[in-house]
Amino acid sequence: MRIYDLIIVGAGPAGITASVYAARKRMDFLVITGDIGGQTAWSADIENYTGYQFVTGPELVDKFEKHMRSYDTNVKEGEGVTGVEKTGGLITIKTDKEREYQAKTVIIASGKRSKELGIPGEKEYKNKGITYCATCDGPLFSGKTVAIIGGGNSALDAALQLERIASKTYIINNTPRLGGDAIMLQKVEKAVNVEILNDSSVLAISGDKFVNSITIKSGEEEKRLPVEGIFVEIGLIPNSDFVKDVEKNNLGEIKINNRNETNVPGIFAAGDVTDVPEKQIVIAAGEGSKACLSAFRYLAQH
Amino acid sequence: MAKNVKIYSTPTCPWCIRTKQFLKDNSIAFEDYDVGSDQIKADEMVAKSGQMGVPVLDIEGEIIVGFDKERIKAALGL
Repeated sequence: MRIYDLIIVGAGPAGITASVYAARKRMDFLVITGDIGGQTAWSADIENYTGYQFVTGPELVDKFEKHMRSYDTNVKEGEGVTGVEKTGGLITIKTDKEREYQAKTVIIASGKRSKELGIPGEKEYKNKGITYCATCDGPLFSGKTVAIIGGGNSALDAALQLERIASKTYIINNTPRLGGDAIMLQKVEKAVNVEILNDSSVLAISGDKFVNSITIKSGEEEKRLPVEGIFVEIGLIPNSDFVKDVEKNNLGEIKINNRNETNVPGIFAAGDVTDVPEKQIVIAAGEGSKACLSAFRYLAQH
Repeated sequence: MAKNVKIYSTPTCPWCIRTKQFLKDNSIAFEDYDVGSDQIKADEMVAKSGQMGVPVLDIEGEIIVGFDKERIKAALGL
């Protein structure tokens, strides 16, 4: 089997930046990824990426992807990594296409994904009323009653988008009060067709072909709200399940030092999947470059 | 012979924009329906795909949900 210098897992800002550095160092490497852009592809407006006063997520991802591909980089797109294991001096990567790859170093840059509720009805009604992207699917709920699950900035953001679209929006929040930025919170509290239900948790989602109601528990009381749309905005979890041997924190983020090294020599990690403080596109990109330079140095020494 | 390609999308959906860009990059002509403002097309999309997520592509009757590049390529013969 061919042995690569480096395999990069993931092609968001961290993975793509790592690939640019790897190409420029003329490393023999490969990128394996489910999708291109990661969470950046889901972002609407970006106003804090240096050099762009304003850019949309899709535009920035397009630039990232073209930059990556300008070096004829070998990208295995649409291939999910299912295992990363180091035995002897080599790291073996397994994928959901039943393929195996080997490399001397690996950079895990697999990012984060939306957290799911884990309640009855969620799987059956995914995309049949339940959505994890208010920006994408919001306009389909014009004139309908919807519920947003969550209480942070992303829930507030969804509420403000849906205020103009839905006839009525419930925010179902399991803490005593909503979190998030003060400015957004004020706007949400002023919105006439938004009802905030604090101290409330979701028990089940039901419907026929599509969602038609949600069962919640407010204090001791259980009730069923008729809704046609459910927007899940309860945060993110790291895509780190497929790598067992590296140390992680209690959130499942891969622990790294300031050289992007994990506890396993030769396995590096970068971006939102790690315990780096602050999750930002510009930080993930910087971390990707650091991880690649660390891998390059490691190869020179081993 | 050019294939009949329709896309059901919303103006704000990042994956819709990526999908349309992909079609443009490959010089594929398509009809674009904004299901956020066109209720008839929204109903048509839900009926065809059995779900409510965008984008939905209809390539000569083959329904593809999401920016599934491999399936889109195969359906278009790229």
